Amino acid sequence: MTAGTPILQIEGVGVTFADLKALQDVSFDVAPGEKLALLGHNGAGKSTLFKCVLGFLKPAAGRITVAGDAPGSDHARRSVSYLPEQVAFPRMLTGIEIITYFAKLKSVDPKEALPLLDLVGLSQAGRRRVGDYSKGMRQRLGLAQALIGKPDLLLLDEPTSGLDPVSRREFYEIIDRVAQEGAAVLLSSHALTEVEGHVDRIAILSKGRLVADGNIKALAEAAQLPITIRIKAREGQADALHDRFGGTRVNGRSVELSCEPGAKIDLVSRLTERREEIDDIDIALPSLDDIYRFYSNRAEKGDAA
Amino acid sequence: MSPFTKLMAVATIEFRVALRNRWLILATGVMTLFSLALTFSGAGGLELKAGILTLAAASLATLSVYLIPLIALLISYDSIAGEVERGTMALVLATPISRGVLLAGKALGLIAVLAIAIAASLTISSGAAIFAYGMDMSGLAAIVRLGLTGLLLGAVFVAIGMMISVASPRAGQAAAVAIGVWLVATVLYDLALLAGILADKDGVFTKTLFPYFVVANPGDAFRIFNLAGLENAAPVSGLDGIANTLPFSATYALAGLFAWLVAALAAGYFQIRRLTP
Repeated sequence: MTAGTPILQIEGVGVTFADLKALQDVSFDVAPGEKLALLGHNGAGKSTLFKCVLGFLKPAAGRITVAGDAPGSDHARRSVSYLPEQVAFPRMLTGIEIITYFAKLKSVDPKEALPLLDLVGLSQAGRRRVGDYSKGMRQRLGLAQALIGKPDLLLLDEPTSGLDPVSRREFYEIIDRVAQEGAAVLLSSHALTEVEGHVDRIAILSKGRLVADGNIKALAEAAQLPITIRIKAREGQADALHDRFGGTRVNGRSVELSCEPGAKIDLVSRLTERREEIDDIDIALPSLDDIYRFYSNRAEKGDAA
Repeated sequence: MSPFTKLMAVATIEFRVALRNRWLILATGVMTLFSLALTFSGAGGLELKAGILTLAAASLATLSVYLIPLIALLISYDSIAGEVERGTMALVLATPISRGVLLAGKALGLIAVLAIAIAASLTISSGAAIFAYGMDMSGLAAIVRLGLTGLLLGAVFVAIGMMISVASPRAGQAAAVAIGVWLVATVLYDLALLAGILADKDGVFTKTLFPYFVVANPGDAFRIFNLAGLENAAPVSGLDGIANTLPFSATYALAGLFAWLVAALAAGYFQIRRLTP
């Protein structure tokens, strides 16, 4: 495999359950070393897509290749590691037994796999039964399991849901390291705020369709979401500002304006001309949630039309 | 790593989980209690023509038909459906293990549980009988035969239990089907055969088909094979009378058990290939 060749290729994939179109014409690639977050509401089709990549489900349309092979083939399963949402292990087994077991299933010497328990911070808990683990510990054990044998593609289904902020940061630090060593990472999440700063690219699924694919900055620009400018007026000047610039009055002394990203500079310079009436200005860029909602909702409206 | 290493890894884990879930101790305890009770209750009417172990083998052959399939189904019904339900199966199926190896490994681990339970219970009860009444060589041979064929019977029902488990979307449903299968295989089937004989006195069914129907049932095949091996040494009743008048060698009964094992494993393999966790 040459560098730059996508490890995961998804082309025009469609899956239908009875009369529900779970996935429609979904296409994207993930390259080695790249971290891609797949975003979507519950039921958007994220888990269904993962099941297709693992070979558990056969898409009715389109094509998927994992490391150049069909999903579910021996070679594809050697290349991919999976961490399901709400990972579970037999409660009666210890962490060490679980890692040893999965190492054998993946044809890896258990001696090489056991240090992964230290990496995820479970070296103390290795001899305890999984039934006594907290949710966060189970998730860490799941990550250790997924890292056995240095997979080419990591498939993480909502990996940080239920983790506290500290564990979440440690989790992403490990993911960063693995990606730097050349693994492709595809992780799903239901919130853009959760993955911000941790991934190179995001793809948004809505009702089974891919509605956005790119880096966060480019998507935010393309969305052309209005910028909110909040002006705090000096004593008695609020009405005058409101009459001049429009917008909405809030809290007695403030006026809220919204403008297109391109019109921002112009509006701010017009505001500064009236600076003797203004106490303070706040500029709020669209939040990540706004961007995410924009793409999700746009697809839903398109559906209704 | 070779498929054999993976097979043994799966079998070891399955065995360990059964051990920690107390299935091994439960199965061994129940079977030891019953074999002790049957061995020594038979000793009360001890006649000279048969040793205590021979009589014990006869009563145990009759009881094992109920107990071994029940325990085998109880330890196996959850093995796939339960893992799918608890979410542990998806991870395993995502690894490069063949589903056939997974199924066989799990079956092997559970059969090991039965092997220990059967061996321990027969060793304890026979040992106690030999200690109390002295040695009985032919009886001991009958007990060993009983143990080995009992394990085969157990393996058949482990395979059937796993087949049910693979085909069931929920562990609860698998449990219900397993109990139903047990009831039909051990009780209702024999009742139906007896009803057939009563309805068809001296007809084709009774004269020709009946023995084949008997050995087609794994439990009956096990019992007939063991009772035939005792060669009239122990009293038999009911359906088992056929053991002494089989129109074919009792070895065919054993072949029937093997056929069941292969068929149940094959059906399980067919199902697990289509399993979506």
